[in-house]
Amino acid sequence: MPADEAADEAIAVEVEGLTKSFGGKVVVRDLSMRVRRGQIYGFLGPNGSGKTTTLRMLCGLLTPDSGRGSALGYDIRTQNEEIKRHVGYMTQRFSLYQDLSIQENLEFVARVYGLANPVREARDAIERLGLVGREHQLAGELSGGWKQRLALGACILPTPELLLLDEPTAGVDPKARREFWGEIHKLAAQGMTVLVSTHYMDEAERCHEIAYIAYGVLLAHGTIHDVIQQSHLRTYSVSGPDLYSLSEKLLGLPGVDMVAPFGNSLHVAGRDGEALDRAVADFRNRPDLHWSVSQPSLEDVFISLMGKSRDNFQ
Amino acid sequence: MIDLSRTLAMLIKEFVQLRRDRLTFSTMIFIPVVQLLLFGYAINTTPRHLPTAVLVHEENDLTRSVLAALGNTSYFSVTRIARSEAEMDHWMRSGEVLFGVEIPAGFERGVRRGDRPALLVAADASDPVAAGTALAALEGIVQTALVRDRGLPESIQSVPAFEIRQHRRYNPAAVTSLNIVPGLLGTILTMTMLIFTALSVTREIERGTMESLLSMPIRPLEIMLGKIAPYVLIGFLQAALILVLAVLLFRVPIEGSVLLLSGLSTLFIATNLSIGYTFSTIAQNQLQAVQMSFMFFLPNILLSGFMFPYAGMPGWAQVIGELLPLTHYIRIVRGIMLKGASLYDLHIDAAALAGLMLLAMTLAVRRFRTTLD
Ligand SMILES: Nc1ncnc2c1ncn2[C@@H]1O[C@H](COP(=O)(O)OP(=O)(O)O)[C@@H](O)[C@H]1O
Ligand SMILES: [Mg+2]
Repeated sequence: MPADEAADEAIAVEVEGLTKSFGGKVVVRDLSMRVRRGQIYGFLGPNGSGKTTTLRMLCGLLTPDSGRGSALGYDIRTQNEEIKRHVGYMTQRFSLYQDLSIQENLEFVARVYGLANPVREARDAIERLGLVGREHQLAGELSGGWKQRLALGACILPTPELLLLDEPTAGVDPKARREFWGEIHKLAAQGMTVLVSTHYMDEAERCHEIAYIAYGVLLAHGTIHDVIQQSHLRTYSVSGPDLYSLSEKLLGLPGVDMVAPFGNSLHVAGRDGEALDRAVADFRNRPDLHWSVSQPSLEDVFISLMGKSRDNFQ
Repeated sequence: MIDLSRTLAMLIKEFVQLRRDRLTFSTMIFIPVVQLLLFGYAINTTPRHLPTAVLVHEENDLTRSVLAALGNTSYFSVTRIARSEAEMDHWMRSGEVLFGVEIPAGFERGVRRGDRPALLVAADASDPVAAGTALAALEGIVQTALVRDRGLPESIQSVPAFEIRQHRRYNPAAVTSLNIVPGLLGTILTMTMLIFTALSVTREIERGTMESLLSMPIRPLEIMLGKIAPYVLIGFLQAALILVLAVLLFRVPIEGSVLLLSGLSTLFIATNLSIGYTFSTIAQNQLQAVQMSFMFFLPNILLSGFMFPYAGMPGWAQVIGELLPLTHYIRIVRGIMLKGASLYDLHIDAAALAGLMLLAMTLAVRRFRTTLD
């Protein structure tokens, strides 16, 4: 059917009901999502929430217990070989050979992908990555930022159509992070689809779309605007003296889902607006406190989502 | 089925890693040399000053001369004079002496009359190499002594004037020294080859590089061939080194074709590498892989005919022995080096090695986990 084909063309990743458990513990539960081609899709969530597991299922490194999915139109259960040829996966932990030099690592990758001239491909990549002069340095001797750059370079060497990046900027300094994101945007502009996991909130803002996963469950997805709207979160910003003791008093109240310091003010939010208003009514009358309705930040949304999912989890 | 570029990628990578791993690299040269020298000299050196007890039933110039001749050689050292057979037996059982020489009554008269009386020699053959060499030397020593010291007549000089009646105790089927070096070649190769590949897959898992490797389009067969190939060359160099040393230092002959020996040694090397690699795909970590290698190494040493004569083993042990590559390789090496055997003579052992290699490779490719599940 042409209509479906056209739809497939526009979709890089599509999964439905993906579930994976290790030793009886469900790590990813009934996960469904869709990534359009050419997008930068952020995959957010706290540590241990199943991000790595999901990415591994997408590139054929783990077999889902149930559910189905496709990457670039290839079935993630049965078409492993095609997926490996067209999907680049950058692991969370540096996993190139520490005892090989930069040049040797890149040559290895080029040969595995059957590129015509591995030595030249590696040299070109070194130039693109700005690693000229370091090509004979062992990968194990590089700093975190350079390692991450090398890993990305190795990933994109065989020009994959889909890039899966697992927390690529963890432990990297802000300047290197900014440059890294610049590179990702450049790749996306060239038509590459990028699915990137992170637990930095500010990096979410650099993505076209995001998904938030906690305890193996996908809690929200869409553009940042969508995610904030969907949360139906009512948020107040409070300023005044001794906000710390105020936050302690507010936290246990019914209707208050989230209290978080935000610079010189406190963000107080709840999914049930009326319940929240009832809870804070007494405090709003205090003359030393200044209350104002505020737009919830992405972080507010995530913190409250996490609180909710923890409630469900227990 | 096999992509050459991908196999080559793996091969080059392994070579570079190998070159960079100084410890492993030097072990590869070091292990064979040290082991050969150690075992070769320890086992193979002509034994000297073996403690010997004598039991003399008559005292005269001739018997004294025989005893003196024994003592003058460097093989025997007369440490005990026994007064009865029971006493001599006791010393032999306790290991205080390795030889018991008994000169019977009427020995001198027998020699002079040309009756060829018997000189009784009991040897503790539980150390067969020591016993064998000394026994072989004994006859000449005594004969020379008699001729030189006693001026025996011409007629007696041409044939020994007496008979040496040997009695090997505890281990009747003695291994000769020439058998040791060929066996050692196989043992050293087995040990080093097993360890090299036994670590190769588990190392990738433990260093975390397996995750990257598995996400790339390379197949288990290509990974295996790429990982085994560099070590075939290393193993070949090792074998050459051992053989050169064996020929130079221990005067081991190579009666048959050197080319055939090289070819079949390469097959044996590849077989052990495949088995080591199979362990590597089964083991959960490097420690387990090493343990498996040693578990496999032990029967190779004990049941292959290296340590104990194959023919003397019970039926079940021989069946196990047939399943071990070292058994076949020892036959091959002894055949080629000592007996000048041809491929035709050895085709069953060669086929057995090839069969074991293919079995191990098939198992390894099937066992190789292409996911992290
Ligand atoms: N191979 C595995 N065996 C057992 N448990 C695992 C395995 N991989 C991940 N887990 C568990 O699954 C959970 C999710 O892990 P992960 O997907 O790595 O989360 P994230 O990448 O979001 O931090 C964690 O609790 C982790 O301990
Ligand atoms: Mg992770």
